[in-house]
Amino acid sequence: MLVYSNKLSEIVDNCISNAKKKGATDVEVGIVKSTAETVSFRNKKLDESDRSENIELSLTAYINKKKNSVLSSNLKTDNLEKLIERCVEAAKITPEDEFNSLPDEELFFKNSDELDLFDETHLENNQKIDYLQEAEEVAFKNKEIINTNGSSFSESKTEVVLGNSKGFKNGYNTSNFTAYCEVVSKNNGSMERDYEYTSKRHFEDLLKPSELGSNAAKFAIRKLKPQKINSGKFDIIFDKRISKSFLNYFSSAITGSSIYRGTSFLKDKINKKIFSDNINIVDRADIKRGNGSKYFDNEGVKIQNLSLINKGVLNDYLIDTYYGKKLNIASNGRSGGTTNLYFENGKKDLKDLMNSSKKIFYVTETIGHGTNIVTGDYSLGAGGIMIENGEFTYPISEVTIAGNLNQMFMKMVLANDLQFNYSTNSPSVLIENMTVAGK
Amino acid sequence: MSKILKNSELDISTASSIVSETLNKCDDGELYLEDSKSESIILDDNKIKSSSYKSDLGYGLRAITGEVVAYSHSSDLSKKSLNESSKNLKSTLSTSNGTYNFEIKKTNKKYYSEQDPIEEKNFKSKIEVLNQVNDYVRNKNSSVRQVTATLLGEHRSIEILRSGGELLSDDRPLVRFNVSIMLEKNGRKESAVYGIGGRQNYDAYLNEKNWKDVCDEALRIADVNLNSKPAPAGEMQVVLGPGWPAILIHEAIGHGLEGDFNRKKTSAFHDLVGRKVASEGVTIIDDGTLENKRGSLTIDDEGTPTEKTILIENGILKNFMQDRLNARLMNTRSTGNGRRESYKHVVMPRMRNTIMLNGNHSQEEMIKSVKKGIFAVSFGGGQVDITSGKFVFNCTEAYEIINGKVCSPIKGATLIGDGPSALKEVSMVGNDMMLDPGIGTCGKAGQGVPVGVGQPSLLINKMTVGGTQL
Repeated sequence: MLVYSNKLSEIVDNCISNAKKKGATDVEVGIVKSTAETVSFRNKKLDESDRSENIELSLTAYINKKKNSVLSSNLKTDNLEKLIERCVEAAKITPEDEFNSLPDEELFFKNSDELDLFDETHLENNQKIDYLQEAEEVAFKNKEIINTNGSSFSESKTEVVLGNSKGFKNGYNTSNFTAYCEVVSKNNGSMERDYEYTSKRHFEDLLKPSELGSNAAKFAIRKLKPQKINSGKFDIIFDKRISKSFLNYFSSAITGSSIYRGTSFLKDKINKKIFSDNINIVDRADIKRGNGSKYFDNEGVKIQNLSLINKGVLNDYLIDTYYGKKLNIASNGRSGGTTNLYFENGKKDLKDLMNSSKKIFYVTETIGHGTNIVTGDYSLGAGGIMIENGEFTYPISEVTIAGNLNQMFMKMVLANDLQFNYSTNSPSVLIENMTVAGK
Repeated sequence: MSKILKNSELDISTASSIVSETLNKCDDGELYLEDSKSESIILDDNKIKSSSYKSDLGYGLRAITGEVVAYSHSSDLSKKSLNESSKNLKSTLSTSNGTYNFEIKKTNKKYYSEQDPIEEKNFKSKIEVLNQVNDYVRNKNSSVRQVTATLLGEHRSIEILRSGGELLSDDRPLVRFNVSIMLEKNGRKESAVYGIGGRQNYDAYLNEKNWKDVCDEALRIADVNLNSKPAPAGEMQVVLGPGWPAILIHEAIGHGLEGDFNRKKTSAFHDLVGRKVASEGVTIIDDGTLENKRGSLTIDDEGTPTEKTILIENGILKNFMQDRLNARLMNTRSTGNGRRESYKHVVMPRMRNTIMLNGNHSQEEMIKSVKKGIFAVSFGGGQVDITSGKFVFNCTEAYEIINGKVCSPIKGATLIGDGPSALKEVSMVGNDMMLDPGIGTCGKAGQGVPVGVGQPSLLINKMTVGGTQL
C-alpha cells in the first residue's frame, strides 16, 4: 500500500467528476506537490537560500477520441471550475485522433514491494551550510584552487497523486538530497572549473562532504594548462560522467514516438544487432532507493523491467499508451521515459582499457548539443586528458570529437566500473578510432 | 492598485506591510508577483497531437543583504504563506544590518502592447492554421515524411512590490510559431526546423505569406542537408551568415559579460574593462528596447527600465550587463538585465537582444578571400564554459568554401572556439546586419528566458570545425 494525502486525493476525485459532469467521457488528473530548500555557499560564505513550495495540477479531458489538457498551480475551487470548463470546451473542437485514450485497465499498476524512495530526514539550513563548508574547506586545501563557482545543497520532498475515470488512483512520496560543489583552479594564467555532484533519495547515501570537495578540486586541477592537440584519429575512453549520455541518445532513439514517426537512426532495428555481443542495456524501475525508481508511469501504467539490449540485440522500445496503440504494442510503462537505465558491467578493468593502445584521449567533458537522433551523426566539443602508455600525461581542451552513433555503438567496449550515481548510469567506455579535430 | 492581488485573498496593504517589515534591515529586495497564461498546440504526424493551456500564479519574496540572497516562493498567494516566507527569509538573514535602497528608475516607454495573444485568436482558427501548414508542406515536396508544427502563446503579468509600497508592473505577450520537418530521399533522412516569433499577437506572424516563408525555409534547409557530405575536421577559416548565427556572440562573449560571473571573478573577462577584447570595427550591444522583439522588455524583473547597453565599442570592452545586486557590489548601476524565468526563480543578470553592429564588408568579399574553410548559414544551439572561455555551436546549414567559392553542403558539425580570443580573430565585419527571426531561448543555471540575437556576416580567421574528414 502506497501512502499519499487524502486532500490531494479528494481534489483528484472532484476534478474527475466535475469534468465528467461537463461532458468529458474520460478524464485523467495528476497532482505533483513539492517543497524544496536549497542553500548555496560560495567562498566560505552563505550566498543564497531558496525555499520553494510548488504545486501543479494537470487535467486531460477526453470526449471520445478528442482530447485537451490544462495545467495550473492555482488549486482553488473556482479557478479549477473555470479551467475544467475551458478544457472540455476546447476538447469539443479539437479534431479526433483514433489513438487517443486512457490506458487499458489491465495495464494499471496495482501493487509492488516497498522501494524505500522517501527519507523524512530534514536538515536545517545551518546543517546544510556545515556540509558545504566542509566540502569547500577540503577543496581549498589545494593551493591551485582559488575560487568557487558556488556549492549548493538541496533537499526536496515530492508527492505525486494520479487518478483517472477508469478507476485508477494512486500516489506516493519521494525525497531527494543533492549536493554540488564547483571550484575554480588557476595556475600561470590558465583558469579552469570543474565540479562534483551527488544526488540520492536518502541523506545517508550521499557522498561525504570531504569526498565531494576533494573530487571537485582534483578534477579542476587536472584540467590546468591544457593543450590543443593536432587533428587526427584517436582511441577515446569516455569517463563515466560522459559515457552515460550514450544511453540518453539510445533511449531517445527508441521511444515509441521516434520509432513510429521514423525520426530515429534506430528505426527498423528491432531484433537486430546494434551493439557488440557482450553489451546489455537494462531499464528497471524497481531498484530500492534508485534515483530513477518509480511505482507507475505518468499514466498509471505498471512499469515493466526491460532488457532493452541483450547480447547486442535490440529487444524492446519505450512505449506509452498513445504510441503503443499506434504501433500495436502494449504500453510497457514508459510514459515519462526511462527509469534506472544502465549498461551492465563489461569484463575489463579501466586500467586494461587505458593500456589497450599507446595513446588514448580520455574524455572528461563534452560541450554542445551536436547529436542528431535522425541520422546518428555525432559531433561535440570535448576536453580531457591524454593517456600515454597507460598513464595520464597532460590535459586537452578546445577539440571536437565526431562520428556516427551506429558505428560508435558497434565499437563500444565497456569497463567493469559501473556505479549507481544517477538515474542513468554507465561504466567507462572505450571507442577506437574516432576523429578528433584540434589544431 | 494590484491587478494580480485583486482576485486573491491577500490585499495589497497587508502584502506591503509584510514586505516592508521583512526588508527593514536589508539592502534590497521585493515581492515579485506573477500571473501567467500560456498555451501550446502541436500538430504532428498529420494530427493535432496535443493542445494544452496553463495558468500559473505565484509570488517570490526576496531579501538581499551584502552578497547574501534569501528567496522564498510559492503558488499559494495568501497571507499565511507570505508570512511563512517572510519568517524563512528573516531566519536566513538574522544578523542583517543593511540600508534599503529605495531608488529605482522610472519609465513611460513601452516596447510592446498589453494584448493577450491567447484570447485574441480563437482556438479553432489556430488549429486551422496548423492544418494548412501541414497540407502546404506535404504538398510542396513529395519527400516529406514528417511535419511537426507548433504554436506557443503566452501572456505574463508581473508586479514588483518594493519596500515602502512602490508598485511596478508590466504585461508581456509572447508568441512563437515553429515548423519541423523530416525529408527522406533515396534511403537518406534529414530534418530541419525553422520558426518566427516575438512580443505580439499571433496574427502578426500567421498571415499566409509569413507562415509559408517559414515552411519554405525549413524545406530548403532539409533539402540542402539531403545532399550534404561529411564535414571536414580541423582548424580553418569560417564565414558566418547574418542573423541567427549571432548565437556565437551570445555564447562566446555575451555570457562572459554578465555581471555575476565578473563580480565573482570567474569570467575570463572580469579584469578586461577598458581593454581591447575584439578586433577593431567590432561593436556589440545588448538592447532591451527593440519593439516587439523576443528579447525586449519594458522593465526587467526587478523593475529597472531596460536600455541599449554598449558592451564592446570598436573592440574595447565598455560595460558588463547588470542586475541590482551585482551592480551594487561592483559600484555601478543596473543596466536593466535582471531577469528570471518565473516567480519560481531568483534574478540573475541575463541577456536581452545581443547584437553586433554593421561593419563595411560584403559577404561576397569574405567568401572570395577564403582558400579553404566553411560558410555557416544556420545553427542549432550553442554552449559556453564561462571560466575557460571555450564555447561551441553546431551548424544546421553549412557549406565548404574552396578557393573563394561556396561548394557542396556539409553535414552538421560542431564548431569550437575560445571566447576571449575568437573576437580578436574576426577579420571582416559585414554590412548586412540582421536580427534572428525570434526563436531564441537562453539557458543559465537551469533557467530559460527568451532572448534575441543579431549580427552581420563575419569572417573569422581560425576556428576548429568538428567534422569527421581529416
